[in-house]
Amino acid sequence: MNQLGTNHLLYLLVAAQWTVALSLIAFVGGSVLGLAIALMRVSKSGVVRAIASGYIQLIQGTPLLIVLFLSYFGLGIIGLKLVPLVAAGISLTLYAGAFLGEIWRGCIEAVPKTQWEASDCLGLNRAQQYTYVILPQAVKIAIPPTVGFMVQIVKNTSLASVIGFVELARAGQIVNNSTFEPFVIFTCVAAIYFALCYPLSVASRTLERRANAGR
Amino acid sequence: MPEDDAVVRVQGVIKEFGPLRVLDGVGFEVARGQTVAIVGRSGSGKSTLLRCIAGLESIQGGNIEVCGNAVGRPGSAARAQLRRDVGMVFQSYNLFPHLNVERNITLALTLVKKESKAAARQKAAEVLRLVGLTDKLLAYPEQLSGGQQQRVAIARSLALSPQIMLFDEVTSALDPELTAEVLAVMEDLARRGMTMITVTHEMGFARRVASLLVFMHQGKVWEIGPTAELFANPKTAEFAQFIGSEL
Repeated sequence: MNQLGTNHLLYLLVAAQWTVALSLIAFVGGSVLGLAIALMRVSKSGVVRAIASGYIQLIQGTPLLIVLFLSYFGLGIIGLKLVPLVAAGISLTLYAGAFLGEIWRGCIEAVPKTQWEASDCLGLNRAQQYTYVILPQAVKIAIPPTVGFMVQIVKNTSLASVIGFVELARAGQIVNNSTFEPFVIFTCVAAIYFALCYPLSVASRTLERRANAGR
Repeated sequence: MPEDDAVVRVQGVIKEFGPLRVLDGVGFEVARGQTVAIVGRSGSGKSTLLRCIAGLESIQGGNIEVCGNAVGRPGSAARAQLRRDVGMVFQSYNLFPHLNVERNITLALTLVKKESKAAARQKAAEVLRLVGLTDKLLAYPEQLSGGQQQRVAIARSLALSPQIMLFDEVTSALDPELTAEVLAVMEDLARRGMTMITVTHEMGFARRVASLLVFMHQGKVWEIGPTAELFANPKTAEFAQFIGSEL
């Protein structure tokens, strides 16, 4: 059994970088997908709306863990072997896309209907209405809940440890296997997660206060 | 008024919200340069009628023609033209809160009319002078009073040089002092020969400015005629009662 040392801590910190990287992949991918889903959810076409809401219900009704198993082991069985980072990135993107899509749909719908009417009367087409009138207002409403959701993403990257991706949680298990000091090690792991998430939580609360106070 | 002079022609219009018939065979005509006031109690269908003319509501029966183009039927190809011909001002101003006054006005000029930034800015300065708000060019809507916001909204519509201006209870959210400043702008427009249809509760304004008065009741045009005549000689008990309660 190894003695717990600074090199172990260093190992955790290096692994935390992968947690950050995976979070960023999920957030960027989820944002692109989420915007598409949100716009589909407010589409004029009933079919498009149904596809988007079906997707949201499917993902929201499935544990992220199962999505991870499917994209890593499931796709592996049918010959599409993904490396853990890619499988985890895809799974988290699918997950974040559904939730961000639903959050942002609410934000788009929170922009008063009269803004649509006023811009319609000025002759703007639908794309122009979105680009210049609706989305800029929706973004302001969306910032606090979006930053809040980023906290969920950071914490949920820990699930990627089950498909062998060495991020912070998996690194904690590995260090524990060699040193057998679970209390100390997982306290360190928790502290690092906290250090990543707490600033986001604070930012979310601050932004929310500022949004409520007006422009 | 000669028939072919009509810029707005409303014939037998029926508008239903589910089982509720809000407009029940409404018809009237507006000549170029005329100022029309539509009055009536809440729920008489007057705002709905104006929204139908603006193309914001579909109609279930009848015809609406604005500058020769049909309005209100699904897939109207003339919608873009309608937007060029008609300006609409709302009770709740509906300025874009994230844009300053100048950008509120220039947005449609640059996007829809494809004018250059410089030309659009010049136009913005012009219409702001018309409504007396030259000094508010760079202000944001929330920094303005309700009356000022409404005048910017009028300027925003005017900038697109519409043939017809529609006003939907534009002073209902304003106190008397601010109402006066908005009405002054509208009176000025009427004097300049703008064709205007105004849904209003301001009977004094209707009396002073409107040449044609339309009294709506239960989704129908109950009385219509030259304003002075109608006020002097109400033909129906409902209109007599209405002006009795409003004045």
